[in-house]
Amino acid sequence: MREKILTFIEKNSRVDLNELAVMLGVDEAAVINELAAMEKERIICGYHTLIDWDKAGVEKVTAMIEVSVTPQKGMGFDKIASGIYKYPEVNSVYLISGGFDLMVIIEGKTLREVSQFVSEKLAPHDQVLSTKTNFILKKYKDHGTVMAEPSKDERIMMA
Amino acid sequence: MRDPLSKTITTIKPSGIRKFFDIVSEMKDAISLGVGEPDFDTPWHIREEGIKSLEKGKTFYTSNAGLKELKVELAQYLKRRFDLTYDPSKEMFITVGGSEAIDAAMRAMLDPGDEVLIPQPSYVSYVPCAVLAHAVPVTIELKAEDEFRLTAEALEAAITDKTKLLVMPFPNNPTGAIMEQKDLEAIAEVVQKHDIFVLSDEIYSELTYTENHVSIASLPGMWERTIVINGFSKSYAMTGWRLGYACGPEAIITQMLKIHQFCIMCAPTTSQYAAVEAVKNGDADVVAMREEYNQRRRYLMHRFRQMGLECFEPFGAFYMFPCIKEFGMTSDEFATDLLNRKKVAVVPGTAFGDCGEGFIRISYAYSMEALKEALGRIEEYITELRANK
Repeated sequence: MREKILTFIEKNSRVDLNELAVMLGVDEAAVINELAAMEKERIICGYHTLIDWDKAGVEKVTAMIEVSVTPQKGMGFDKIASGIYKYPEVNSVYLISGGFDLMVIIEGKTLREVSQFVSEKLAPHDQVLSTKTNFILKKYKDHGTVMAEPSKDERIMMA
Repeated sequence: MRDPLSKTITTIKPSGIRKFFDIVSEMKDAISLGVGEPDFDTPWHIREEGIKSLEKGKTFYTSNAGLKELKVELAQYLKRRFDLTYDPSKEMFITVGGSEAIDAAMRAMLDPGDEVLIPQPSYVSYVPCAVLAHAVPVTIELKAEDEFRLTAEALEAAITDKTKLLVMPFPNNPTGAIMEQKDLEAIAEVVQKHDIFVLSDEIYSELTYTENHVSIASLPGMWERTIVINGFSKSYAMTGWRLGYACGPEAIITQMLKIHQFCIMCAPTTSQYAAVEAVKNGDADVVAMREEYNQRRRYLMHRFRQMGLECFEPFGAFYMFPCIKEFGMTSDEFATDLLNRKKVAVVPGTAFGDCGEGFIRISYAYSMEALKEALGRIEEYITELRANK
């Protein structure tokens, strides 16, 4: 049941819980209990909203920064990662396989703000060897959702 | 001038669904729950294989029976999903949708005057196809109290010495009824006793919500007297690709293939390449779509119960078949009035046979948002009807 609840709310966390219970064919109380348990176990870590900020007319700049670091003895990458994710401007930090070590996604109001963060906070870290900042120009699809207009039902009306 | 038309074709009535189609398509803000095809797009990896085949210039006819690769994949699929064994080289061929297979089977198996048993309510093409094959369609009324399943008693009562073929339309459009193993065993016994054949239209076989679909051809003694029809439209959301298939004993398939060869030549090549990908790598898509249909099915069932609208719980396809007899209107009147007053289009049960009177077909091949809006309007409508009684 957990997987079914999660699969559903990953796409629509605002669903009415009674309705969700009906759709999954279980008791509403069971859904409520499972959700509470999964929140407690940090399986559900938050309920976020997917926003097209461009359309809202709010300026935002997102950058994906490739960071190469020196792992610390006994700590691996965890220490340096926590040193980076503590900054509130940092959205996501992933340990990456391949040509670099950490993928840091940050969001700022302006290009300047993001550059400042990289040059003043991120790059000067002792363990950071190099950074490469990639600015996002356009979001086509995010969290499995195509940001463009929803597609129209083109089926014939009766068949 | 002489009458240019054949006497046979002029006796066939146009599909009852078309009349509503004409009204709905003119109406703004109408919500249609009348569509009998999936709302999902064909999964991208399947479409991509179709595109790739075009890029590679695979634009020629395939062999009459269809791509060998596709038939081999289908044989494996039928084995793993429904425990059906068919030799891909002799016992199956690829058709233009399930519809072509229905027509070809009837024309290959029936002589003038042979009786074809057609349980109703059911899909609109069985009766016309039987008539076009110069056979005599004999309908068997499926009843709500039997959960719209065919019973051995009803079958037995309809059989005469002219009966040649029984159509088995399960999972059923428009009722959503299924036939379970035990139901099929009872039917199989009668079929064998009277030495008749079965045309099993299993186009909705991937859309069952309680247990796996059972094919009547998998029952002892039935393989040799059954033509199984299936296709890609409903299971893989591939209606527009027009692709189906027929399986059965070589003696029947060989003759059906002659009709196919002379009328159709071969099924669309692009569609066949896309279908190979569907059968090979489409299982996960089928599961995901089934789960979503099932959620909507449960939601609708729940809403009908809340509204106090009598509806048997369907376990297959993507239709609900609620009863509207309490309102004292015909299905046609109800559907027309609902459309005019609340702009919700449903199909009158009578489009699927006279015994569909008193019922309407509601398709849940729609997004939850559309379903919620439409159900809200239906609830308003029936509340008004009850208040005015």
